[in-house]
Amino acid sequence: MNLAPNLSLPAVEPVIRLENIERSFGAVQALRGISLSLTPGRALALVGESGCGKTTCARIIARMDRPTSGRLSFRGRDATATGTREEERAYRRDVQMVFQDPFSSLNPVFSIDHHLSRPVLLHRHAEGKAGVAEAVSTLLADVGLDPAVTRQKYPHELSGGQRQRVNIARALAVQPRVLVADEPTSMLDVSIRLGILELLARIKRERSLALFYITHDIATAAHVAEEIVVMFAGQMVEWGDTEAVIADARHPYTQLLLSAVPDGARPFIIGESARFLERAEKVRALSRPTSTAVEQVGKNHFVRALAAQN
Amino acid sequence: MSDTLLQIRNLEVDYLLDKGAFRAVKNVSFDIGRGEIFGLAGESGCGKSTIAFAITRLAKSPAWIAGGEILLDGRDLLKLPEGEMQKVRWRRVGMVFQSAMNSLNPLMRVEAQFHDVLHRHTGATRAQSRERAEAMFKLVGIPTGRLSDYPHQFSGGMRQRIVIAICLALQPELIIMDEPTTALDVVVQREILEQVIDLQRSHGFSVLFITHDLHLMAQLCHRIGVMLKGELVEVGEVRQVSGAPAHDYTRRLWNAIPQLPGRPELAGGVA
Ligand SMILES: Nc1ncnc2c1ncn2[C@@H]1O[C@H](COP(=O)(O)OP(=O)(O)O)[C@@H](O)[C@H]1O
Ligand SMILES: Nc1ncnc2c1ncn2[C@@H]1O[C@H](COP(=O)(O)OP(=O)(O)O)[C@@H](O)[C@H]1O
Ligand SMILES: [Mg+2]
Ligand SMILES: [Mg+2]
Repeated sequence: MNLAPNLSLPAVEPVIRLENIERSFGAVQALRGISLSLTPGRALALVGESGCGKTTCARIIARMDRPTSGRLSFRGRDATATGTREEERAYRRDVQMVFQDPFSSLNPVFSIDHHLSRPVLLHRHAEGKAGVAEAVSTLLADVGLDPAVTRQKYPHELSGGQRQRVNIARALAVQPRVLVADEPTSMLDVSIRLGILELLARIKRERSLALFYITHDIATAAHVAEEIVVMFAGQMVEWGDTEAVIADARHPYTQLLLSAVPDGARPFIIGESARFLERAEKVRALSRPTSTAVEQVGKNHFVRALAAQN
Repeated sequence: MSDTLLQIRNLEVDYLLDKGAFRAVKNVSFDIGRGEIFGLAGESGCGKSTIAFAITRLAKSPAWIAGGEILLDGRDLLKLPEGEMQKVRWRRVGMVFQSAMNSLNPLMRVEAQFHDVLHRHTGATRAQSRERAEAMFKLVGIPTGRLSDYPHQFSGGMRQRIVIAICLALQPELIIMDEPTTALDVVVQREILEQVIDLQRSHGFSVLFITHDLHLMAQLCHRIGVMLKGELVEVGEVRQVSGAPAHDYTRRLWNAIPQLPGRPELAGGVA
């Protein structure tokens, strides 16, 4: 039986497909056998602790890095090797990234208007002064910012949440097919995360974007993504429909991650710390070894078997 | 000795800017009991860290304490000469900040950093510091053999535990934790904070715990204060602030947190 981890629904053609992607940095195996697909109008969340390989995966998709082995396809064509200049240009336009740090990704000396006008002009999505201005206003309104107030502002005059909205607008300015968002809310207050998540979910729907949402917070993943991949130490340990993975988590690492999401209704119990520490260490040790056995536990729900049970 | 360790009375803190004074903390009053874990919640920019710095008097220009009292065991810290204040800082009031794990000296073995702090504040000898450091490492669950490692040899979560261990080594009566785990993963966050409540129980210190995550706060605090734009809008027992918040803003704060599907709503499920 072929249980190759394939997240696409058969009916929809994926925009991006990773097959068996490996990436090593010297002795560090940052990615081990990553296979997943991004489809238009749908979001896939990649969830895992820091250092598990999320950004490496995003950089490969955004063509900022190359896999050590494996296959990357883009709109049905093999795009693993560098293509023609035209193909590379098209790829880079079609796949846009939003980064974690809303503070460092905007240039402090330029106005918001400048930040958004440039990509609009560069990719010729509008003509003439009035046309560009109109396009910028539409973009700002689309991400929930008041164009009249925001255009002339400088990055430092905006809050973290507003800056992240500008970053999203800038990515949208070139009308991409794929949006890769690498921990877009982790530097923001919990109280403004929801707004950004709702924005991502809406633009994905309205523009039929394929969204690759990266996070270490599985609770936020549930708010934007139809599908979820839980990764540990460079390996996909559990993946499939978000609801199935969260409601019926099978892998001990997914279970650990879920149990650690802050929940005010469940206060910490005094005297439990040693036990939790021990459990976490045990789960990490169990999840780390390479395992090639994958079990299908639901229609679109897969779990990697622990190496010891192979 | 009364049951109250810290009393903040009508605290006002300004930032003196070119365009005039900006009041970041407005008439804030609250108490922290001995052995109590008190949480201060609120969105970023509401003044939480400004209060933390005011208590330790580490606030730097342009911060200016415009009024109020900060009483530790009845003595106003704001009136202490700086020399006296230095004996209070770390010895009686310890601090762990979000970026604390990056404040360890990268060129010094961890053991030497323990000694540095212990020697400066208590005059401990090398042997005494070593003994204390070993005890502290055991407490926070790191093998004592790793005392001779350098900071970069530890993960972020471990470095944060080391900072907590160094802080605890001085046996402070109050520990201020300002977003101590915000930069860490949820699993590591839980490992550290479960440890904090166990250590709190065994050692009896008080904690001022600052975070923007009400859910997290409710998991470990006894009482919670909620701040909005420099004002303390609500203070109460954790059960009341989570189950029946008095202030509208508290309710909104609860509802704004992305939660896992299927989890029971707090704050009475108010929409
Ligand atoms: N350019 C690089 N050189 C060496 N090691 C790297 C490089 N980029 C990432 N790594 C390593 O790969 C692993 C995965 O890193 P990363 O993808 O950044 O994880 P995450 O984004 O999940 O925190 C880590 O062990 C990291 O140290
Ligand atoms: N050094 C400073 N100079 C000027 N304003 C400051 C400075 N530090 C903080 N502030 C302002 O004081 C307010 C409270 O900040 P802070 O105490 O850091 O909030 P919190 O810790 O709740 O995020 C904010 O509006 C912030 O912009
Ligand atoms: Mg990353
Ligand atoms: Mg702060």
